[in-house]
Amino acid sequence: MSWEQLAPVLLQGLWETLFMTVPSTIIAYLIGMPLGILLVVTASGGIRPMPRFNTVLGVAINFLRSVPFIILLAMLFPVTRAVMGRAIGTQAIIFPLTVSAFPYVARMVENSLNEVDHGVIEAAQSMGSTDWQIIRKVLLPEAFPSLLSGAAICMVTILGYTAMASTAGGGGLGALAITKGLNMRNFTLMYSASLLLVALVQIMTFFGNRISRKSDHRKK
Amino acid sequence: MSTTPLIEIVKLSKVFSDAENRVVALNDITLSVHEKEIYGIVGMSGAGKSTLIRCINRLDTPNGGQVLYRGQDILRMDRRQLLQTRRKMGMIFQQFNLLMQRTVGQNVRYPLEIAGLPHARANERVKELLDIVGLQDKINAYPAQLSGGQRQRVAIARALASSPEVLLCDEATSALDPLTTQSILTLLQDINRRLGITIVLITHEMAVIRQICDRVAILDGGEVVEEGTVDEVFVHTKSEAGKRLFGVLPEEARDDPDTPALRIVFDGAAAERPIISRLSQETNVAVNILSANMNHLAGKMYGQMLIQTPHDEQEKEAVVQFLTDQGLTVKEVNT
Repeated sequence: MSWEQLAPVLLQGLWETLFMTVPSTIIAYLIGMPLGILLVVTASGGIRPMPRFNTVLGVAINFLRSVPFIILLAMLFPVTRAVMGRAIGTQAIIFPLTVSAFPYVARMVENSLNEVDHGVIEAAQSMGSTDWQIIRKVLLPEAFPSLLSGAAICMVTILGYTAMASTAGGGGLGALAITKGLNMRNFTLMYSASLLLVALVQIMTFFGNRISRKSDHRKK
Repeated sequence: MSTTPLIEIVKLSKVFSDAENRVVALNDITLSVHEKEIYGIVGMSGAGKSTLIRCINRLDTPNGGQVLYRGQDILRMDRRQLLQTRRKMGMIFQQFNLLMQRTVGQNVRYPLEIAGLPHARANERVKELLDIVGLQDKINAYPAQLSGGQRQRVAIARALASSPEVLLCDEATSALDPLTTQSILTLLQDINRRLGITIVLITHEMAVIRQICDRVAILDGGEVVEEGTVDEVFVHTKSEAGKRLFGVLPEEARDDPDTPALRIVFDGAAAERPIISRLSQETNVAVNILSANMNHLAGKMYGQMLIQTPHDEQEKEAVVQFLTDQGLTVKEVNT
């Protein structure tokens, strides 16, 4: 397979991979971020403790997280069809990707917010802040660098999941490496698609960490 | 000083309990803080002082009793009233608790933002506040770039932003070196005098109390064991906890408790003056030190010393005279 033949195939795969990864990450954050905030705020030492609600939410999130992606993908077929119009294909897979990622995002966000020094939250409380002001002006900005590096990790994880898209008729670099590479003994394609995935992960990690570090004012 | 107290704590109690343990942190605390005074609460660690000051703005919720602020019970306020009252009480902490991702200016701005002050006025006020604490040039620095003393100054400016009537200080100088402690105490005193802000401070250092407080409560085992003006409590210490904090060694700890002794109270005398050796030189009396417990704070001496009373009546008078001339308080014990 010549470079002229390989390049457009790889580019198409790259586009499909990003097409699945980026929207899934964004939607997963739109759902997972508020849940992560709720987990922190309603925890027993939180700013608005609601232990029973917190336990229920925690269990529900763990439940979703413990289902393997490939199983979730199959289990969700009817729901995916209802929501996305069809159950298979590159676009349809965004739905199961999001469902499997948002509980993970919620835990990542919870972790980041828990890193915020409790004394700083108390200081904000002593100044008469409302709970909403503490979330918006203390928790989120103070945890920002950690939230950012967490987002990079989430994105890489979702990117990993997209490799399984081929089982549901989806495209992307992972599907390329498996169906047209491994299965059709086209090892050049298999290795180059895989290498491209590695490069993608490196880029995401590098920039995630870099922006996170640049935005952090805790060190001189 | 007005006669109605600004803050009145009545029969306050706080118990921390989980499945196994039940710890009484505060037991039946009653005390009152008057307007424009500096009120100190002192005690060893674990005495409950931190819990007590945190009950004043309800960062901790007590189990019983009342906290009256201008006659209104803080513990019975709804959320909205509580937030409004908290804005009249600034608070500073041992670990400063600044927002690390905000600049100095933005930290000081925080209370103004949450109170909804317009941008231009908030910016102006931030400059005024940084002027009070002497950090105008650090407005764009981040807390990580500042020293401990500077961070506490930012925290003070931030606590003053909402124009509070009272400033609560939770071990505000305990993480600072002696020199910085001195400058922060001076600043607090200045704020109290110039802005008329009432200050409630807790500390484990008696020297801090000596230096800036008007009145003091000594806390031990969750109870107030002594309360009064600082001078009263310092010179006539009655409680065991007070004696420990002031460095008064119990009289029975001496080898011979019947020996007449003089108690010398060092109340901020300059540390570099060798008082005892000069006493011997100038009065020609050999002084026998029985026990001593001294603390240095910013070049000053705080503490007490027991010396054996000279048998000769004239020598004794000379010693007392010399010490009194040095500005020390001398009391006879066991005579």
